[in-house]
Amino acid sequence: MEKVEKEPLFSAKYRKLLTNPLGQDNPITVQVLGICSALAVTVKMNPAIVMAISVMVVLAVSNVVIASLRKMIPGRIRIIVQLVVIATMVIIVDQFLKAFAFDISKHLSVFVGLIITNCIIMGRLEAFAMANKPWPAFLDGLGNAWGYGWILIIVSFFREFLGSGSVMGFPVMEKIGVYNFGYEDNGMMILPPMALITVGLIIWVQRSRNKTLIEENK
Amino acid sequence: MSFLLDKMKKMEPLFEKGGRLEKLRSVYNGFATFLYVPDKVTTRGAHIRDYMDMKRTMIIVVIALIPALLFGSYNIGLQHTRAFGIVDWSLMQMFWFGFLKILPLIIVSYVTGLGIEFIAAQIRGHEINEGYLVTGMLIPLIMPIDVPLWMLAVSVAFAVIIGKEIFGGTGMNILNPALTARAFLFFSYPAWMSGDTVWIEGLTKGGAIDAFSGATPLAVVKLDGIGQLPSAMEMFIGTIPGSVGETSVIAILIGALILLVTGVGSWRIMLSMTLGALGMGLLLNLTGGNEYTQIPAYYHLIMGGFAFGAVFMATDPVSAAQTNTGKYIYGTLTGILVVIIRVFNPAYPEGTMLAILLMNVMAPLIDHYVVQANIRRRVKRVRTA
Repeated sequence: MEKVEKEPLFSAKYRKLLTNPLGQDNPITVQVLGICSALAVTVKMNPAIVMAISVMVVLAVSNVVIASLRKMIPGRIRIIVQLVVIATMVIIVDQFLKAFAFDISKHLSVFVGLIITNCIIMGRLEAFAMANKPWPAFLDGLGNAWGYGWILIIVSFFREFLGSGSVMGFPVMEKIGVYNFGYEDNGMMILPPMALITVGLIIWVQRSRNKTLIEENK
Repeated sequence: MSFLLDKMKKMEPLFEKGGRLEKLRSVYNGFATFLYVPDKVTTRGAHIRDYMDMKRTMIIVVIALIPALLFGSYNIGLQHTRAFGIVDWSLMQMFWFGFLKILPLIIVSYVTGLGIEFIAAQIRGHEINEGYLVTGMLIPLIMPIDVPLWMLAVSVAFAVIIGKEIFGGTGMNILNPALTARAFLFFSYPAWMSGDTVWIEGLTKGGAIDAFSGATPLAVVKLDGIGQLPSAMEMFIGTIPGSVGETSVIAILIGALILLVTGVGSWRIMLSMTLGALGMGLLLNLTGGNEYTQIPAYYHLIMGGFAFGAVFMATDPVSAAQTNTGKYIYGTLTGILVVIIRVFNPAYPEGTMLAILLMNVMAPLIDHYVVQANIRRRVKRVRTA
């Protein structure tokens, strides 16, 4: 029998689960997971935000489900069970988007389906949900998804602003009127490599502020 | 000149540790060693020092670029008169017209690039790197003359920060910074890096005489077919539209001669790159395939940026292969790639830039295998002996 712990819902330990992934344990900039979708959906801000929310829902719910089932899942087939749970959630999210946000769903195309293969989700289920109770697993899911999401939103902000001259679809550059002075949108920001370079710059800024993240030279 | 030296000596204490202008020490050092040979004397260890330090090497490359710059200035004027139907300009008039048009490009390139270099040196406490002296001269020479200055500044900033400073400054960069700037411009603002108007001053605003096309030879092949190419002699002399410094093979050859005589440029890379392109061109002439394969092989050497790239870009001592065997492999593959990209990829008429950048990335790998092969060979020799 497990000893029943009395721990408040938002104790310091639990709060850490939420806040660590935002900074020093960020899935994208520190663990370098989920890069593929960060390249694909960050051309415009709106899809990136929807993507961030979708990942949050999928990750939080699958974390809770797996954490509740963790004692019943046989170790040998745990990956398959995890996949089934994730796939179910992804299909629900995908259908939901198709029903209520068809345009964005079309824009995200296969990348909603590909949340299944997002390394962050498998990683959290395997590393955290399999060994923790549902409530911390839920917080961990939210934290990691938000850590992933806010990087996505920053990258997409710069790519949309510099590449298309707008923010969330609003044509900022045109309203300011810089085009009249010969300004042009930067075509390279729309190409996938610039997402990598932008993520790289975020990593640069983050590591110059937080020296503990810098790896030692071997 | 001793007046200047006295002045500098007098100012030196200001920049020493504890001096009032200590923070600007690297700036002072940069200027002092630029003007005079460093007065450092070694007290022990190796006493043989070469005056041929990095600054002098860089200055020789800049000198080697001057013929291309001068001809480029003249050619800008010449192309301008052709496009707008001006008939009464003298040679000097064309030259001055072109020179005044290219001057802003050079100034913007140096101010932006050196500005970032100075700031980076202050932040890191390094000495100022001389590498930008050459890069700053190369960049205007590989740009279309009509490129907007702010775009030039943005691409220079990108090249210096992302292409060079991130890796640790001069000597650490993987890619040739000048080509990084050009590639950035090419992918960011494609309308300003291709087509048939940007290569001639003033043509983007229209107003050319009828039936005038300002397309570069490489674009002419794609647009109108091989039959419409300018004559080989014209392309060799360089009276064709193109980036500022790349058109005249003669001017570039003079530069190459300077680099080779002084030993600054690597003849291995220049030779193997030329042979690689020539060989690939001949092979494609034989096999056929699409119509571009029928471009005579030696045309590849005088069209577009090949000559300029082979002499000034591929030989960049930092981003090229370092070992002698590696230089042959690096050069040959670059030459082959140039022709392949030109012939088989209609989206990128100019293959030189992309080929050199790609091979820059491969250079450390080539060196690694050359070194490993050498080690294996010598280990074997020791064992058998």
